[in-house]
Amino acid sequence: MAGLLAWRNLAHDRARLLVTLVGVAFAVALVAIQAGLFLGFSETATTVIANTRADLWVAAKGTQNFETPSPLGEREYYRLRALPGIADAEPLVVQFLPWRRPAGGDEGVIVVGFDTASGIAGPWRTLAGAVADLRRGDTVAVDRIYLDKLGVRGVGDQAEIAGRRARVAVITDGIRSFTTSPWVFASLRTAREMAGLREGEAHYVIAKVAPGHDPDAVLAAARRALPDALVLRSEQFATRTAHYWIHSTGAGAALFTAALLALVVGSAIVAQVLYATTVDHLAEFGTLRAMGAPARFVRGVIAWQAVIAALLGHATGAALALLAARLSENSTALVVVPLALAAVLFFVTLAMCAAGSVVAARKAATVDPALVFQR
Amino acid sequence: MAFGEGTAQVRALDGVDLDAHGGEMVALMGPSGSGKTTLLMVLGGLLRPQHGAVEVLGKAVTGQSDADLRALRLRRFGFVFQGYQLFPALTALENVALALELKGRDRREATALLDRVGLAARRHHFPAALSGGEKQRVAIARALAGDPAIVLADEPTAALDTANGRAVVALLREVAAEGGRAVVMVTHDPRAGDAAHRVIRMVDGRLAA
Repeated sequence: MAGLLAWRNLAHDRARLLVTLVGVAFAVALVAIQAGLFLGFSETATTVIANTRADLWVAAKGTQNFETPSPLGEREYYRLRALPGIADAEPLVVQFLPWRRPAGGDEGVIVVGFDTASGIAGPWRTLAGAVADLRRGDTVAVDRIYLDKLGVRGVGDQAEIAGRRARVAVITDGIRSFTTSPWVFASLRTAREMAGLREGEAHYVIAKVAPGHDPDAVLAAARRALPDALVLRSEQFATRTAHYWIHSTGAGAALFTAALLALVVGSAIVAQVLYATTVDHLAEFGTLRAMGAPARFVRGVIAWQAVIAALLGHATGAALALLAARLSENSTALVVVPLALAAVLFFVTLAMCAAGSVVAARKAATVDPALVFQR
Repeated sequence: MAFGEGTAQVRALDGVDLDAHGGEMVALMGPSGSGKTTLLMVLGGLLRPQHGAVEVLGKAVTGQSDADLRALRLRRFGFVFQGYQLFPALTALENVALALELKGRDRREATALLDRVGLAARRHHFPAALSGGEKQRVAIARALAGDPAIVLADEPTAALDTANGRAVVALLREVAAEGGRAVVMVTHDPRAGDAAHRVIRMVDGRLAA
């Protein structure tokens, strides 16, 4: 009966119930979207590393993230290639460069130059064109999400990168950049020419470990062979990059703070509404106490109200977050809301509503039963 | 029983000595402010007297804790309030079922209780759809949940017309007789007083001669 009374008291005032649900749903959606942005940022920040089929990465010492490396000479490439246990090694160019739109105006892009023959690196999802098309001089791959930003419409369109002609030969599908600068994939030769690098210069050397060899052992050997370079396994470099963008830049803290504020706001809304509902029904709680109902029953009614608010608010908020995630698929900021996140968020919502019900529960449980006899 | 301090102190009850027996309906009557409702609350363990003692079914309850008094109210008392105090969001049946559940009884007894007060046909109606007399009869059915030994009724006919008031008082008298219950009723209504087995008049917190 406590649950029934709780639901009926809440539903009795439709407008107030709506306010409660909007408040909880808003908080849930905001927390889910903040968490989804965090997951999206983490995924986007490491997407090129994660989709490059390399086991080892060699970079200049002190490299903090994938997007801002320092140049490497040829020595690292040859030393790594010569190590036992390395099946293949190749250079990778990663350089911020200016993109001039056909209609005028500049955008910053990150050019990624790779070996078009090996298949280790390069774009992994294409909508139009093929990776092999990038072997032709001055050809590039751009993503459909950034076509408007780059001022091009599709394959065949031309622009300029660092003063050199860039012809769109491939359109990729949903390869986002964590920064505001889109990825532009090109052959190693094209990228070096655009970046003004000499033959043999690059920013990374990436390598595949040969079958049958222990990757950690090969990693250790590579570090001994290249003491002046940063040598990491692929997942280590991905973690390093994600950590830099999420934590060192404050982006993670901003997302966390926004999520925390959403929880506080949600709790405050629930608290205000449940308290107001309790005050409205104070005579009923007084009647219950006069009849001899234990305080735990009265608190149980309030607790049920909090549970109902959590259930309905979470369902609405989670639906909104999933919608936002769906809509983000065509935007530059990816929101990732896995079902596991939605499930965890339910318990967070429950805790939020429970916290919001504390004052109301106390008010209801301590009401003077003599209240019902007052004229 | 006094409220306040010093020159602002009000003696709501002063030297009151009464008893009520199973099977009888006692009417507490007197002008407003005479202490009738205060006495009712003392009897029901909702107020503690500063002096004197209260015994319920032969057992002293004056020194008991709030939790014990609450449990006693739940087990031994039924209440009928002036303003009905039904839960507006619950049907008549659910109002009675709630009381039964609190007292650890089967909720299915609610239909029989509503039948006892002549409202079985209205059991699925919300209080807003019931007349004043019907609401008070639902309240009486709720008060009877758990078969209490004592029913305390605070101005049960105050909001009712003559016919409904008479019907409610008659019902309370039957409730006293059939269950061997003590019914103590606070009332201004002289007709209610006429229907009681005994009338106790109060003035200024004292029993009137």
